[in-house]
Amino acid sequence: MNALALYGRYVATSLRAQAQYPASTLMLTFGHFAATAIEILGVFALFDRFGPVGGWSFGEAALFYALVNIAFSIADLLTRGFDVFGSDFVRTGAFDRLLLRPRSATLQLIGHEVRVSRLGRLLQGISVLILATHLAPITWDAAAVATAVGAVAGGAALFAGLLVLQATLAFWTVESLEIVNVLTYGGVQAAQYPLNIYAAWFRRLLTFGVPLACVAYYPVLAILNRQDPLGAPDWFLPIAPLAGFVFLGLSFLAWRVGMARYASTGS
Amino acid sequence: MGAITMQTARPYLAAFRARFQLMLQYRAAALAGFATQCWWGAIRIMVFAAFYGVHAAAAPISLADAVTYVWLGQALLALLPWVADPEIGQAVRTGGVGYDRLRPLDAYSYWYARTLGWMLARALPRAALMLLTAGIVLPLVGLGEWAWQPPAGLTAALLFVPAFVLMTMLGGAILMLANVIVAASLNERGVNAILTPLVIVFSGSLLPLDFFPDALRPFLHVQPFAGLVDIPFRIYFADLKGASALQGLALQTGWTIVLIAIGRYAMERMMRRLEMQGG
Repeated sequence: MNALALYGRYVATSLRAQAQYPASTLMLTFGHFAATAIEILGVFALFDRFGPVGGWSFGEAALFYALVNIAFSIADLLTRGFDVFGSDFVRTGAFDRLLLRPRSATLQLIGHEVRVSRLGRLLQGISVLILATHLAPITWDAAAVATAVGAVAGGAALFAGLLVLQATLAFWTVESLEIVNVLTYGGVQAAQYPLNIYAAWFRRLLTFGVPLACVAYYPVLAILNRQDPLGAPDWFLPIAPLAGFVFLGLSFLAWRVGMARYASTGS
Repeated sequence: MGAITMQTARPYLAAFRARFQLMLQYRAAALAGFATQCWWGAIRIMVFAAFYGVHAAAAPISLADAVTYVWLGQALLALLPWVADPEIGQAVRTGGVGYDRLRPLDAYSYWYARTLGWMLARALPRAALMLLTAGIVLPLVGLGEWAWQPPAGLTAALLFVPAFVLMTMLGGAILMLANVIVAASLNERGVNAILTPLVIVFSGSLLPLDFFPDALRPFLHVQPFAGLVDIPFRIYFADLKGASALQGLALQTGWTIVLIAIGRYAMERMMRRLEMQGG
């Protein structure tokens, strides 16, 4: 069985398990939708009271918000195994079992658990995207669609990279460090507003440290056919999401280093 | 008379203290929560600063007050009743609730005391760290305009004391309702899924309530969740003062009494038809 078919089987098993409790699954999905949707209420209330900020209307800001949330929800669906890696695999010694199987540990971790409830955030992101399309001057031509898909893919790669790094830390710390939540959930929080409203040190961090701006801010400028008020060249805007894949690649390099020094907790 | 009251209160105080001391052991969790809340607060403040830079006159409170509001909110985040007490769900699933039924105590007060201990023990260490960082370190490193300001005068400080006590008691009363629903439905996820967004939006944790469209004010200012964040914090920086501050305290008191009464009634009914799980 090739890797893709095996992953398909992991997904099917996981979905079957959740289908055993349909009411609970539905309620969790709805809850996740509601819990993530309240943020857009806050964004709306601020724009409603103060008017446009940094040259952005609510509809345009909603586009940032939508793409970041869609990207994060996809990463969240794919990386549950990495998210709970420290607590459920390293600490318990369950990772030894994964290593004994003739398949890559990465594939097994990706297939660990695909949570239907996470579709709540995805649905929320898509709803906001539709709203933004109505409110802002967006023409969804081929180039804009391609840029949006690239942004979501790059964003998903970036968030997945952060979760792989979180898991990598567990090789040293044994426990899952929730401190990485600052960058994942906090990153979603930061990237759902346009970058140019932030202070300079924070903009630099979001561009060169954890390149969230490259998967949200720059591609959205390209979709809206706007120039960067901060002066990034036009050609750079649509290809900026590549930074997300570079980040994911670097995260997996770190993961390899961690794997090489893995010693079982031996229980 | 006093001695008799002390005698009756003793088991509840003991339950409170036991839970409080247990929760204080989770230092790593407190540190992680603190770091997350610093980051969150910084983003919130930068967003506020950007909007105030455009049109400060449209804001219902000054930027300095908004900054203090954010830090206070991050410091006391764990005091918000947004998830049911996890031990209650566990006690019902494992049958441990049976022991609680056998104790010669008032079941509601017993759970209430434990829940308060859980909330305060999670909140206070983080609040102390946050006060140190946002209230003392930030001004020392020259970032005074982004700092957590002291209360607006002595009256505000004195009024904030009952406001804080009431916000804690109100939070406990709301959590008790959630706990009872968890115990009746054997599932905390559904309750939390609904409770969390409700609390975040209507308490003023997401945004001070006056930032929402003006038409909603009459409703937002009388609903129970306002007593958790919006009212006490506005008393702190004297946006609510004099008669309106007393009105705020009255609203907190009223909702606390009503919700405790509803919670007691619901708990009694739930306990009567409770089926033991496990063995």
